[in-house]
Amino acid sequence: MVLVFAESPRGQFKKAAFEAVTYGKKVADMLGTTCVALTLGSVKDAGELGRYGASRVLHVADAAFEHFDSQTYAAAISEVAKNNNASVVVLSHTSTGKSLAGRVAVRLNAGLVSGVNSLPTGNESTLRVKKSVFSGKAIAEYEITSAVKVVSLMGNAVKPESTGSPASVETVSVASAKGRIRVKSVKTQEGIVPLPEAEIVVSAGRGMKGPENWAMVEELATTLGATTACSRPVADAHWRPHHEHVGQTGIAIRPNLYIAIGISGAIQHLAGVNNSKVIVVINKDPEAPFFKAADYGVVGDLFEVVPRLNEAFKKFKAAH
Amino acid sequence: MKLLVCISQTPDTTSKISFNADGTEFNAGGVQFIMNPYDEWYALVRACELREALGGTVVALNVGPAANETTIRKALAIGADEAVRIDCEPKGAGFVAKQIAEYARAENFDIIFFGKETIDHNGSEVGAMVAEHLDSPYVSYASKLELNGSTATLERDIEGGVEVVEIDLPFVLSAAKGMAEQRIPNMRGIMTARSKPLKEVPAVAFEDAAKAVQFNLPPAKAGVKLVQPDQMDELVRLLHEEAKVI
Ligand SMILES: Cc1cc2nc3c(=O)[nH]c(=O)nc-3n(C[C@H](O)[C@H](O)[C@H](O)COP(=O)(O)OP(=O)(O)OC[C@H]3O[C@@H](n4cnc5c(N)ncnc54)[C@H](O)[C@@H]3O)c2cc1C
Ligand SMILES: Nc1ncnc2c1ncn2[C@@H]1O[C@H](COP(=O)(O)O)[C@@H](O)[C@H]1O
Repeated sequence: MVLVFAESPRGQFKKAAFEAVTYGKKVADMLGTTCVALTLGSVKDAGELGRYGASRVLHVADAAFEHFDSQTYAAAISEVAKNNNASVVVLSHTSTGKSLAGRVAVRLNAGLVSGVNSLPTGNESTLRVKKSVFSGKAIAEYEITSAVKVVSLMGNAVKPESTGSPASVETVSVASAKGRIRVKSVKTQEGIVPLPEAEIVVSAGRGMKGPENWAMVEELATTLGATTACSRPVADAHWRPHHEHVGQTGIAIRPNLYIAIGISGAIQHLAGVNNSKVIVVINKDPEAPFFKAADYGVVGDLFEVVPRLNEAFKKFKAAH
Repeated sequence: MKLLVCISQTPDTTSKISFNADGTEFNAGGVQFIMNPYDEWYALVRACELREALGGTVVALNVGPAANETTIRKALAIGADEAVRIDCEPKGAGFVAKQIAEYARAENFDIIFFGKETIDHNGSEVGAMVAEHLDSPYVSYASKLELNGSTATLERDIEGGVEVVEIDLPFVLSAAKGMAEQRIPNMRGIMTARSKPLKEVPAVAFEDAAKAVQFNLPPAKAGVKLVQPDQMDELVRLLHEEAKVI
């Protein structure tokens, strides 16, 4: 059985959970077994996970899981995995999954590969999975040979597929656990798709000259339903908030479309964005290194190009 | 205050990555190695700041061969009081975590610091594994750490925001940007680092059930397709019809 931990930060599934179940279902099909989803804490519509391929949805309702604590979560996931003889455990490679994966692997005596980005090959005894390493500069294939195998799935690596029907939700209990971490508050930007989940990202750099010019970047993002990002010097100069900073020291993302405006494309910036599916670069310098990593490029003055591009997208949206 | 900082050695970000002919091993020839940036800039520096404010000891730990000693000396130059090297080839996250846990178990550290990830494996695995081996709480991607007696307040990066948590010592954390500012070792630091203790510890046996068996370079990009700056409708058409991303 493939067990998928479907995370539900603050009581709600996000895309990561649907991706993980979709992936778990495909792994289960390949191994000729079933995919079972697990949720912890109160959550809306747990049965929805059935649509993405879970044949059963297990729910631990204990109030101890209202706040995330890797210690209690890992204990619960491992216990459910053992009780149900899971051969593969799938997590999401998110802030939650990154705190959990190593713990679950240790508890289950399992080999772990985190941040996998494609479907595995092999069989129940030896599973082969791929992930990006060296900050996107290479791809490594891993072999996992333990009885139980743990993988965490990179965001945007598979598309959620909701072709099934809702599953019934079974309430299960686990050994009670009291976490030692006290969550005091959670501050998130409301109404914005967080960068790691965004399918389209509009990002701008020092070529913008100053924070007062960002309106055109935001307008373009609004037209596309995109999330905004920036290069490091832009965040360091407080032109933009730090959570927008992408790159080696900031967030690593892999959207379907990354539009880079007035960013030179330094290697540390590329380290965070070069797994994007399609990259568009707008830069007035034809020698800017970013063009080497780009799929489409516009050599021109961003102050002219960006408003024009926004108009073109608006025209396209109106027609489609 | 007894603090442990786990430091790894990684190829410099700007180095060219290559593998041997059959793609089974990383080609270290001509590669410049550095201390993993998150371990150095955030974890180590914050640990040193806390020691400076509250007293105690900062131990820098590396699991690796003797060749890593230059990196370890740098940690001492930045401010660690002593260093430990667990002598072996660091064969994967599970193996490394086991070594660190075996060493740390007997030492009763108040806080064990990790970097958020290594820039070569990009795993974010070792810290959580060590925390589990030691049955310790773990705060990952911490971008802020303040101590008040035996209680710590941390901010941790989550998708689209931050979570503020409180935790009593001892615990394990991984450090992300924001926790501290990079420090350049000064001449005095470099001089005193030479006389600070660097202990060598033998490794314990552990078989990692996940192994990297094959490396490949990503498929080369087809090359950029340039669109004239006054042809933005054409760019939109390409993104829709050819790239199929809108
Ligand atoms: C250890 C380390 C870690 C780092 N981590 C990161 C990281 O995580 N993320 C990150 O982004 N950087 C990081 N950096 C910094 C990185 O090396 C670059 O300095 C940075 O990415 C440059 O930002 P930029 O492209 O916005 O600015 P610049 O390099 O100044 O580029 C501005 C670009 O805008 C173009 N431009 C100017 N005016 C116009 C115009 N009117 N129209 C069109 N184009 C125009 C210019 O041609 C130029 O290419 C790191 C550096 C180090 C040493
Ligand atoms: N060989 C090593 N020796 C000491 N610490 C390490 C080693 N490898 C990884 N670490 C620590 O574990 C963190 C996470 O590594 P990783 O799981 O590889 O992303 C790093 O930032 C270091 O703090």
